[in-house]
Amino acid sequence: MTQAGISTASIAPLARPARPREDEKLWRWLSFSPALLLMLAMGALPLVNLLATSFFDVTWTSGSANWQPVGLAHYRELPADPLVAAGITNTVLFALGAVFGQLVLGLILALLVTRIPRGKVFFRALFILPILIPGIVVGAIWKLMLNYDFGLVNQLIGFAGLTAQDWLGDSGTALLSVIAVDIWHWTPFCFLLFLAGIEALPNDIYEASRMDGASPWQDFRYITLPLMIPTIAVTAAFRLVLAFKVFDEVYLLTGGGPGTATEVISFTLYQRFFTEDKVGYGAAMAIAVIFVISLLLIIGLQGRRLGRTA
Amino acid sequence: MTQRYSLAYLLLAVSGLIVVVPVFWIVLAGFRTPISLLSGTWQFDPVLDNFLEVLFSSTSDLLLNYRNSIIVGLASTCICLAAGTLAAWSLDRLNWPGWVTHVFLGWALVFQMIPPVALASAWFGMERAVHLDNTLIGLILAHATLNLPMAVWLMGVFVRDVPNELVEAAKIDGASGRELFFSIVLPIIAPGLAATTVLCFVFSWNEFAVALNLTAKETATVPVAIAKFAQDYQIQYTQMAATATLSILPALVLLLIGQRYIVNGLTTGALK
Repeated sequence: MTQAGISTASIAPLARPARPREDEKLWRWLSFSPALLLMLAMGALPLVNLLATSFFDVTWTSGSANWQPVGLAHYRELPADPLVAAGITNTVLFALGAVFGQLVLGLILALLVTRIPRGKVFFRALFILPILIPGIVVGAIWKLMLNYDFGLVNQLIGFAGLTAQDWLGDSGTALLSVIAVDIWHWTPFCFLLFLAGIEALPNDIYEASRMDGASPWQDFRYITLPLMIPTIAVTAAFRLVLAFKVFDEVYLLTGGGPGTATEVISFTLYQRFFTEDKVGYGAAMAIAVIFVISLLLIIGLQGRRLGRTA
Repeated sequence: MTQRYSLAYLLLAVSGLIVVVPVFWIVLAGFRTPISLLSGTWQFDPVLDNFLEVLFSSTSDLLLNYRNSIIVGLASTCICLAAGTLAAWSLDRLNWPGWVTHVFLGWALVFQMIPPVALASAWFGMERAVHLDNTLIGLILAHATLNLPMAVWLMGVFVRDVPNELVEAAKIDGASGRELFFSIVLPIIAPGLAATTVLCFVFSWNEFAVALNLTAKETATVPVAIAKFAQDYQIQYTQMAATATLSILPALVLLLIGQRYIVNGLTTGALK
């Protein structure tokens, strides 16, 4: 025992790492593999699957699938699909309109809340509420609010002596209504990020500007806004990504209608793939959407790199 | 001076009303009879019929939907939390080559941008091939995957703040990588775990596009059930309202007890 004690003590620094190093290697793989496996099996494999499916026409006869190779035919069909054209236009209009509204309103609310001496926590809790509500419930809420016959919005308009509008049923107002609903849903998110951003700004700059006699507007224009640009950019990117994926609210509020007035690309995909069961064509559409999104991402990252070096 | 504040308070109060009134309105609609709602009258005699109907009638599956939502939410959150936290630590501290980290995080970023409907269409075919279609396990895996990138990023932020001296000290004391992670790192990043848990659960609870396409009658979640009310020939507004009211209860509870974690999670995840 004593002999062993002496020997281990003397060789420990050399000999001990031998087995632990194997252990550490195993631990390194064990710790990374769950996420890696999930992202490969449920993240990468679906794309391979979609890509493969997009070159086939899949039809069903008595429960078994017939795979008919069609080459690039599905991809050639895409540009002529009226729903795709409408979907792209509406998605872009929706995303830009909704995100712009959310950024402006979110910034105004954040500025107001930082300004007031009391009730900051109360208003923050109040404004978080829409973020936590499921998109489908937001749709249900506004289906009630915007209903032509008994919706609260039209009732209030009636009190004001104006004529009621069929907000969701009229192709002139449907997309605007969906944008307004999204602004209601996600302005709080922008507000929350802006509030955190503003509160992290250094205080001494404002003290300096106060000594120089700057007005609140000058404070905002020449201090707050320039310093907030990175936060605003990140928030805008976040919201744009989510806005391009919009589905839930449209599904419940308008179902893409009237006509194609609120057809968005996720909804087109859903209709072609699941409702009409055009599996091959839907897969091609999904691949095209993913391709365009990756392209936008690369352009965005490249733009940011250029902006940073400039 | 006071005038400036009163304008701010006025604007905030109006905004607050715009946020709260629509939610309040749908809760009220849940307590009205269809006739009272459709006639647009302001007279209000609350009834419980809609809630009893959606909860206990034989034609409604809401209790089952609720159960499904809870199971899927809890299970997918556990997977996300475990896989996400381990991966965040592994990528940040266990000397992976730079390209591994970059490829994984880059892939997570692209993945986050793919419309869920596009993923659902692929998952639908894949899960049918292995007989996981219309099962809770299929939806759990889908939700875990959807939320995993967020979990990795969010935990990454908290993991980066773990002081290196502490890690070195533990190593000198002879702790293995695993012991170090479970007994030293986890307690330090507990606030991050709380924030990630809350967000993963809320996002799973709210998710609709994938749940709609990967579930059947017995496995449908609450959002799918709400959509059903609005989809039938005759929209059942009052029952839709009652179901919607029941579905936002967990969110309201979280808002009351977990607001700190929600704010922490949302702002950290986006801004750092």
